[in-house]
Amino acid sequence: MSDAIRDDDDDCEAMTPSRRSVLGAASALFAWSFMPKFAHAAAGSRDARFITVVLRGALDGLAAVPPIGDPNYADLRQDIALQRDGADAALPLDGFFHLHPAMPNLARLYNQGHAAIVHAAATGYRERSHFDGQDVLESGQQGPGRVDSGWLNRMIAALPTGESIARHGVLGVGVVPPLIVRGQAPVLGWAPPMMPRAGDDLIQRLGDLYGQRDPMLANVLARAIETETIVLGQGMGGDRMRSRGGPGNPQGMIQIAEGAARLVGADDGPRIAALAFEGWDTHANEGGAKGRLAGLLGGLDGALDAFEAGLKRVWKDTVVMVVTEFGRTARVNGTVGTDHGTGTVAFLVGGAVRGGRVIADWPGLKPEQLWEQRDLKPTTDIRAVAKGVVTDLFGLSGPVLAEKVFPGTGNIAPMPGLVV
Amino acid sequence: MARDSRLNILGLQRFGLGLRPGDLAVIGGDARDLLLDEVKRRSVPVPIGLDLVGQAQIGSAFYAFQEKEKAEREAPRPAMQAAMMPAPGGTNEGQGASPPPVPPEPPLPQRIYRDEVAARMRAGLEPLAGFGERLAQFWSNHFCISVSQGNFVRALAGAYEREAIRPHVFGRFEDMLLAVESHPAMLIYLDNQQSIGPNSPAGKRRGRGLNENLAREIMELHTLGVSGGYSQGDVTSLARIITGWTVAGRDGRLGFPGAFAFNAGVHEPGMHPLLGKDYEEAGAEQGRLALLDLAHHPATARHLAFKLARHFVADDPPSALVSRLTETWRRTEGDLAAVSATLIQSNEAWSPEAAKLRQPQELLLAMLRALGRKPEFGPIAGALAAMGQPLWQPSGPNGFPGNNDAWATPEGIKTRIDVAAAWGRQAAGSASDPRALLEAVLGPLASVETKQAVVRAESKAQAIALLLMSPEFQRR
Repeated sequence: MSDAIRDDDDDCEAMTPSRRSVLGAASALFAWSFMPKFAHAAAGSRDARFITVVLRGALDGLAAVPPIGDPNYADLRQDIALQRDGADAALPLDGFFHLHPAMPNLARLYNQGHAAIVHAAATGYRERSHFDGQDVLESGQQGPGRVDSGWLNRMIAALPTGESIARHGVLGVGVVPPLIVRGQAPVLGWAPPMMPRAGDDLIQRLGDLYGQRDPMLANVLARAIETETIVLGQGMGGDRMRSRGGPGNPQGMIQIAEGAARLVGADDGPRIAALAFEGWDTHANEGGAKGRLAGLLGGLDGALDAFEAGLKRVWKDTVVMVVTEFGRTARVNGTVGTDHGTGTVAFLVGGAVRGGRVIADWPGLKPEQLWEQRDLKPTTDIRAVAKGVVTDLFGLSGPVLAEKVFPGTGNIAPMPGLVV
Repeated sequence: MARDSRLNILGLQRFGLGLRPGDLAVIGGDARDLLLDEVKRRSVPVPIGLDLVGQAQIGSAFYAFQEKEKAEREAPRPAMQAAMMPAPGGTNEGQGASPPPVPPEPPLPQRIYRDEVAARMRAGLEPLAGFGERLAQFWSNHFCISVSQGNFVRALAGAYEREAIRPHVFGRFEDMLLAVESHPAMLIYLDNQQSIGPNSPAGKRRGRGLNENLAREIMELHTLGVSGGYSQGDVTSLARIITGWTVAGRDGRLGFPGAFAFNAGVHEPGMHPLLGKDYEEAGAEQGRLALLDLAHHPATARHLAFKLARHFVADDPPSALVSRLTETWRRTEGDLAAVSATLIQSNEAWSPEAAKLRQPQELLLAMLRALGRKPEFGPIAGALAAMGQPLWQPSGPNGFPGNNDAWATPEGIKTRIDVAAAWGRQAAGSASDPRALLEAVLGPLASVETKQAVVRAESKAQAIALLLMSPEFQRR
């Protein structure tokens, strides 16, 4: 033990008052910069909420929203094809498209005009790697490999400073938040905690230490504290939100949605959030009306219900967008599942959605109509959908979207009329 | 040569497992020599435990377990009800002498998983430096499987790492690749045991077909990398080539139940092209030859040289380092001892800046070593799950991310603090003076500010938590 340390140690007791006052001043400064700021929406504009749900593993769009009216559907799907009638009948949408029977809440929202379904959709990515596909979906870049920031984060950075949305940052749910929210603009983090939370005093001291030694950790911890403030304000502290199974589990999905809805619904909370559900890579034993995929779709359906319940007060200004990196093969494979494909579905849910419709330029399912003779051909660009939603909700201009948020997409026009 | 003493200890954190109390006095000299000595001795810890057995034994035991479960599920209900009825002669009420209830043993797959996790952690306590262990963890994550796939993979996960990864950490990449792609855990995890050649006898009879999951990940993740120059046609072709690579069933028809087997009855017959080369029909040998060529492909060398450098050194590693690793890989045709030695010998790998955050599994092992805490399954599994890196359970076949961005997150740091607080409280009763502990496990790395924070802590528990969460302990 060095003398220097021993001296400090001796000082510790004697100098307690001054240490307290120094710490007090530091903590006041620290707390001030993370004080929740109440939203003050610009006159006339809505105080919108926007949540993106990424389904990792590639959702089978032809199973979630089966085109039962297409004459080739039943043959392609064989044993796992869904039926119009019978005990586990698919839920009717517009006569041609149906909804998987595990999604009664989405069917209800659709019938209330609060949900729209986009079919035969994809990003610009045409290979079949999950990870590159997710990178493209989340980075908003033309191709994979550019993963330093996500498009939601760049969108916030592009908003005028002082805008309430920009000041509240973006919430990334999970111990590892999705790429779509990462970047320069502040990211708040939350996940259902699995352990008792550490005491405030320890966190305060670490904040001081990081402030002196490590700007990156200091910054990350500051954002952690900011979210915790909102969490406590929403009565989500303690063991109430203890993890129930994670993002690949139907109960876990619902719990994550409940937590995210509370934070996004709070007056002092973030206006924009992203989260990810996992387990959609159904290569084998995918199941039809019941089974593996049905269980996951049930979790997603419960999560949508939880969003509606948790955001009730602001539901009329809310859009939840559910997207996945690509679809799956049109034909069932050798192991009663489906392999990586291309076109799939996206869901838009919320009181601000001009819903009650399936938006699709249907390409058909004949062999020559399939993409590379194996996948649902994409006819709608998911980026056009995303652009349309954020244009209507946040008033971003076309050039900003085409240069900063989705670089190099000047040829992809925002889809109009998605938002009420 | 006496290197900068701070860089010496930083190097041991970057390439090894972190100091245990007492190590500082033993190390002396040059950390590089210590790390290279592990390479020379091909020193990779072997998890040991009374109950650890191989794939075939686990497979047989698992089949028996499945049979038993099935029988219990299908047992006639009256018998079940009788079993749940209170015994004649009254209840336990008022009989204070009755023994407390014994918690039931977890089912077989969880029991094996529990033993394997504890043994794996124990193995990480043994080495002085631990470069071999860190490499074993790197390769295990590169060729990851996930226990969330199901009970069979859960039971096999530890055996998979012991059998397919660890023996080859300082061996040849091609041998590791072959061991990995033929291991029951991988064949089940990526569905190959279900893939059937459409023109094989079984394919014609049953009208089932290919599953291209494993074939795609072999090229995209395990060897060439996603920009390695293969096409959808190559994926389908490799899927055909490896049809028949499967796991022997409980009937023993194909081999010892639970072990790797080649099933000619589902193998897609004929010659198949891959990356411009034709592979003649040769049964299992066809797949072996294809994998060897993938192992020796230049894109594989580049892909893995970059991944190694990014994991150990920096998210954006110096290109000179990546080039040198690639060059060694190609010259030695994937001799992993030579590649690992090149990493240690490269000056670019010895930047004095601690650019990388320890990943949760590294961090936990460093905590166990620093505190001398006995590895028990419950606290380890709980901490790893909370911090986002549960053992053998990544969310996809690309494994846990290797870049800082993924780990230096608000929720990630919060959970690390939660774990450090809990472990600090647990260690406070037994650990030595936190100031002495700080000297022992960080030595010259400890900054004045960290020393002060530890000294001024309000309790021993808080002091230990501050030490564990200090930038010097978190980074490497």
